[in-house]
Amino acid sequence: MAQTIPLSWYLAISALLFAMGALGVLIRRNPLIIFMSVELMLNSANLAFVAFARSFGVLTGQIFVFFVMTVSAAEVAVGLALIIIIFRNKHSIDVDLMNSLKG
Amino acid sequence: MESSGLFSLVPLIVFLPVAGLLTNIIFGGRMNEKAIGAIASAASGFAFVVAALLGFALWTGNGEAIVIPFADWIHIGDLNVAWNFRVDTLSVLMMLVVSGVGTLIHIYAIGYMHEDVRFKNDIGRYRRFFVFLNLFIAMMMILVSGDSYLMLFVGWEGVGLCSFLLIGFWYDMDTLGRPSFANSNAARKAFITNRIGDFGFLIAGFAMFWAFKDLSFGGVFTQAEHIASVAPGVILFITLFLLVGVAGKSAQLPLYVWLPDAMAGPTPVSALIHAATMVTAGVYLVARSAPLYTLVPQAQTTVALVGGITALFAATIAVGQYDIKKVLAYSTISQLGFMVAAVGMGAFVAGMFHLVTHAFFKALLFLSAGSVILGLERGHHHLPHHAEHGSSSSEEVFDPGDMRNMGGLRKQMPVTFWVYLIGALALAGIFPLAGFWSKDEILADAFHKFPTVYWLLTVAAFLTAFYMGRQVWMVFFGKPRHAAASHAEESPKIITIPLMILAALAILGGSLNLPGVHSLTLWLEHTIAGVEAGEFNFLVAGLSTGLALTAIALSWLLYGRKPLVEGQKDPLKKLLGPLFTVFERKYWVDEAYWAVFVNRYVDISRFLADVIDGRFWHDFIHEKVIAGTYNWLSRTVLDLRVDQQFIDAIANGLGELTKRISSGLRRLQNGFVRSYALAVLAGVVVILGYLILK
Repeated sequence: MAQTIPLSWYLAISALLFAMGALGVLIRRNPLIIFMSVELMLNSANLAFVAFARSFGVLTGQIFVFFVMTVSAAEVAVGLALIIIIFRNKHSIDVDLMNSLKG
Repeated sequence: MESSGLFSLVPLIVFLPVAGLLTNIIFGGRMNEKAIGAIASAASGFAFVVAALLGFALWTGNGEAIVIPFADWIHIGDLNVAWNFRVDTLSVLMMLVVSGVGTLIHIYAIGYMHEDVRFKNDIGRYRRFFVFLNLFIAMMMILVSGDSYLMLFVGWEGVGLCSFLLIGFWYDMDTLGRPSFANSNAARKAFITNRIGDFGFLIAGFAMFWAFKDLSFGGVFTQAEHIASVAPGVILFITLFLLVGVAGKSAQLPLYVWLPDAMAGPTPVSALIHAATMVTAGVYLVARSAPLYTLVPQAQTTVALVGGITALFAATIAVGQYDIKKVLAYSTISQLGFMVAAVGMGAFVAGMFHLVTHAFFKALLFLSAGSVILGLERGHHHLPHHAEHGSSSSEEVFDPGDMRNMGGLRKQMPVTFWVYLIGALALAGIFPLAGFWSKDEILADAFHKFPTVYWLLTVAAFLTAFYMGRQVWMVFFGKPRHAAASHAEESPKIITIPLMILAALAILGGSLNLPGVHSLTLWLEHTIAGVEAGEFNFLVAGLSTGLALTAIALSWLLYGRKPLVEGQKDPLKKLLGPLFTVFERKYWVDEAYWAVFVNRYVDISRFLADVIDGRFWHDFIHEKVIAGTYNWLSRTVLDLRVDQQFIDAIANGLGELTKRISSGLRRLQNGFVRSYALAVLAGVVVILGYLILK
């Protein structure tokens, strides 16, 4: 009889994933990696949603995950378009080159 | 009571002329000369009719004075002054003279002002002239009809104003029509000299109010006797200061100097204001104040002496004048001296009698002189403009009033000659013309009452006959001494008809108070208490007539037998030598007044202007004290210290502070998007941490 994995474990994984994603967003300069990190953070949130939904036996969290996936898909589409524009201007996709809007 | 109904008409004598002048002011702009003159003359003529009705009412009544209340004027404390009209024999006599002679002069002026070379078809000036004339009649009526010294003073000032306005009528030119301030200077001289007299009148009025607590004639005269017994000095003070007013208005020594200059006004003005009516206001004042003057013999003596000396003094000056109107002006001063001497001696009836006859013949003489001047101007107008005789510059300064330019005018201007002759003989006192009777009555009274004045007046009368003879010979006889005189023409009927009426009055005026009949004495005794009919003194009359005839004969010897020719000196100059120059230069009184009074006054004014006002008030008080303090306060204190160092420091400090804060903050916005993300993360962590841990 498989022992049910407690909720806190899922949440720990979720937090770990979120921290890794955030760290990736902060320290990487390649926008593709940053996007992946953002996806990691979104999915850590998804993980938390489904874990809670499973734990409390309601479907709300499950439904939320679909919304998040939709939004992240749309976000990727916009983000890739932005990356292409950036590349056309700078001939590179290093985000630190995009620093001319400053005080 | 029909007569009392007539008395209530008395305000009309003031308001008819006022209506005339208002009509001319309001509607005169759309009317022609004839209509304007006719309205003004009618206003004056109706006033004469009203005056005649008043006289009729007095004559049919008992002749007592009647006071008609008209309006309340002043109520201050004890002082109650109402504008009441006083109808008595004296005021009605003055009203008749003023409006009667005034109407004739109005009619004359219709023609004269049109002919005046200075007129130049300026209808506005023409209208203004008649408005002023009507205003003068109204003011003179207020003067003679008022029932208090204050109303008399209102009229007194009003006629002074009209005199000023009319002397300076051609204010932008001189008597010859050239641009100049001469006329307006003459007007100011008259006005200022009269102010000195009015000052005396005012002092007398204040003293009167102080002593009597009343200014109405009735109130003053009923108390006069009591006050005189308690404090005779008060009455003396009042009467002597009234004399100052008389000397100003009636051109007596030492204030006579304005009257000769007043001839700068148009000739009808000289006749009306400066010969017949306004200048006699002083005589009227003394006659009106008879109850006061009879109480103080010293004042009477002073008045009589002033009049007598003036009569002689002015007569000597008249001998040496060349201007036809100046001679008449000095003659007027001299004749006013006769009247003032008469009323001063207490011969009130004689003075008023002479006032009336003088109004007739002196108005006649002035108007005739105006006709002569017009005749010469017409003659001058007909001359070819660049004639051979005389250069063009001497043509420019041709003076139509200078008797040296005249001569032989009796052929060109016969009517003017005859009326002038009548006027001159009346003035010289030749039997049976008006001047004979009135002057003789004065001389007879003086002979009895005041021998010193009698001799002064007798010599003056001799000189009067002489200078009038001189004038008639010079103007009308001999040969023309100037081309203009030989081309002179008679004046039109509108001018000569008033002259003829006045000439008739100058002949018949003596019948007012013939010896033995004494109609004027009987008339005036209702008003002036204690007048007695003068005795006709054959000795005095014979002497004065003899002297007058001698004087005329003397003038014939000098001027008639061998008439002056062009450029010849006055034969009297040879006879009198330097004395003639003294007469000709008028004793240098004007120059002396300039040196003693006017220049000193100018010095004081200059001192006040330059030193007090300029250096002290402007340079020191205004520039240094007020402006300097203000500048120091605003520049040094407010500007430098408060504004620049304090308020600016606050504003600049705020700006600097903002700059510093922002230059610190701008480092946060470094453009690296990841650092923004870090900040967002950190913010979320902090907020969540706070929410969790709180």
